[in-house]
Amino acid sequence: MTKLLEVSGLTAHYGDFQALFGIDMTVEAGETVAIIGSNGAGKSTFLRSLTGLHSTRGQDIRFCDQPIAGMAADQIHKRGLAMVPEGRRLFRSLSVEENLLIGAAGKRKGPWSLAEVYSLFPDLKAKKNNPGTALSGGQQQMVAIGRALMSNPTLLLCDEISLGLAPKVIKDIYEAVPLIRERGTAILVVEQDVGQALAVADRIYCFMEGRVSLTGTPDSLSREQIANAYFGIGEAA
Amino acid sequence: MVWINSVIQGVMLGGLYALFAAGLSLMFGVMRFVNIAHGDFIVVGAYLIVTFIVSWGLHPAIGVAMVLLLVACAGYLNQRVLLNRVLGKDILPPILVTFGMSIIIQNGLLELYSADSQKLQTGWLETTSLQVADKLAIGLLPALMFLTALGVIAMLQFIFYRTPLGRMLRATSDDPEIVPLMGGRNAHTFALATGLASLVVGIAGIWLAMKTNFDPAAGPARLLFAFEAVIIGGLGNIWGTLLGGIILGVAQTIGAQIDAGVQILAGHLAFLLVLVIRPTGLFPKVSH
Ligand SMILES: Nc1ncnc2c1ncn2[C@@H]1O[C@H](COP(=O)(O)OP(=O)(O)O)[C@@H](O)[C@H]1O
Ligand SMILES: [Mg+2]
Repeated sequence: MTKLLEVSGLTAHYGDFQALFGIDMTVEAGETVAIIGSNGAGKSTFLRSLTGLHSTRGQDIRFCDQPIAGMAADQIHKRGLAMVPEGRRLFRSLSVEENLLIGAAGKRKGPWSLAEVYSLFPDLKAKKNNPGTALSGGQQQMVAIGRALMSNPTLLLCDEISLGLAPKVIKDIYEAVPLIRERGTAILVVEQDVGQALAVADRIYCFMEGRVSLTGTPDSLSREQIANAYFGIGEAA
Repeated sequence: MVWINSVIQGVMLGGLYALFAAGLSLMFGVMRFVNIAHGDFIVVGAYLIVTFIVSWGLHPAIGVAMVLLLVACAGYLNQRVLLNRVLGKDILPPILVTFGMSIIIQNGLLELYSADSQKLQTGWLETTSLQVADKLAIGLLPALMFLTALGVIAMLQFIFYRTPLGRMLRATSDDPEIVPLMGGRNAHTFALATGLASLVVGIAGIWLAMKTNFDPAAGPARLLFAFEAVIIGGLGNIWGTLLGGIILGVAQTIGAQIDAGVQILAGHLAFLLVLVIRPTGLFPKVSH
């Protein structure tokens, strides 16, 4: 397998406050990787740094064997990295379909099109002319995922796509993940629901206070290890 | 009949005010910033058309095309090179910078063209009118001015709601932070918005030159009318801006009918009245 994303020693600051302390991570082509960790662990900051929303000037991030640290977000996007941002962030004056079309503004070629997104999330088709924000939470999340897919990314970042949704809806949304993988897109999800993360991912990274506290494949990790890495219990032990 | 006449004249004048206002409204809608030099840019457009047609003797069509091209490019560059740098959470820097531009433009025009007032003579366009009824005639020039306003507003509406550029402008207005994640380039998008607004400013300037006397200090009053039309119509609603312009125009011509001295005052009073009764304007933005 080829390395799609290679991050080494990534740090991030908000003014004087340091949010990330040297994160190392790799994602292989076609892989699904999950980041778990409690609130404030730095998961969103990490994803925002990868996309260029948070400055990474002079650091070491390689995407498809090219250094991307410090590049502008639209340039990184052009190379095939798309994100479903935390809180969905649909454009409120755009209809569902327009939200999806904005995702294709970069004009990257690939398997995804409006028709493909509607076949992945059939609910959206009937609502394509509604304002994006008039939909249910789950459908809004589908629009946000579809919007990111419309750019035909090689790596899709998803920040807490299950947050605030009913279990049935979460199940619907996660059913899309294997279908997205089938089209050759690697996926990096941030997920607070550990069970969900273990079920969907090839590998897991656990973040705690800006550091990777644990990493491995789901079957190689014990519940106890994960609980320790997640909550920091047994840190002193 | 004189009252009907002044209402009709007011509607036509409202077209001019809508032209003044459309660019301001567009820039505010996309970037949330008020260009204090807006009126002065309109006056620059007026001076340019007079220079091209009267001083240089160019064919009117070529003169118009040159003004529009020039102001649209200047608007794009001004946003790209200067105004983008001062956009941000703080609304004061862009206001100060455009206030400075306003002063520079007024003094520059004074230096170049002197304080004498100017007007673009349009010959038969000005003297031709349509006799609608006994004692009721609509001038060809005001009628064309109103039609131009309708056309410009319809064009902006079309661009905003039916084209990829419009989609990007609305998305960037909604959430500029997230747009780069979709490949949008905010600096470019903002500059396109200002370029488009400047195109309308150029059209407004050309009509200003044909309609009234103007001088280097005429800008601030145009800004005020534009601002009033936008607020009366309701922020972010392009057709509302046209109606705002019409209400302002009609208030002014009715005021002028009562007493020539209260024309401008009547417009301001109409504005204040709307502001008191409906602070969000008569037709605030319907969210899609
Ligand atoms: N805009 C910001 N300004 C200052 N601190 C921030 C900002 N965003 C996040 N932080 C801080 O950075 C840390 C990591 O936050 P975040 O990446 O959002 O965590 P997570 O997504 O894992 O919940 C937290 O301590 C949070 O308070
Ligand atoms: Mg987060």
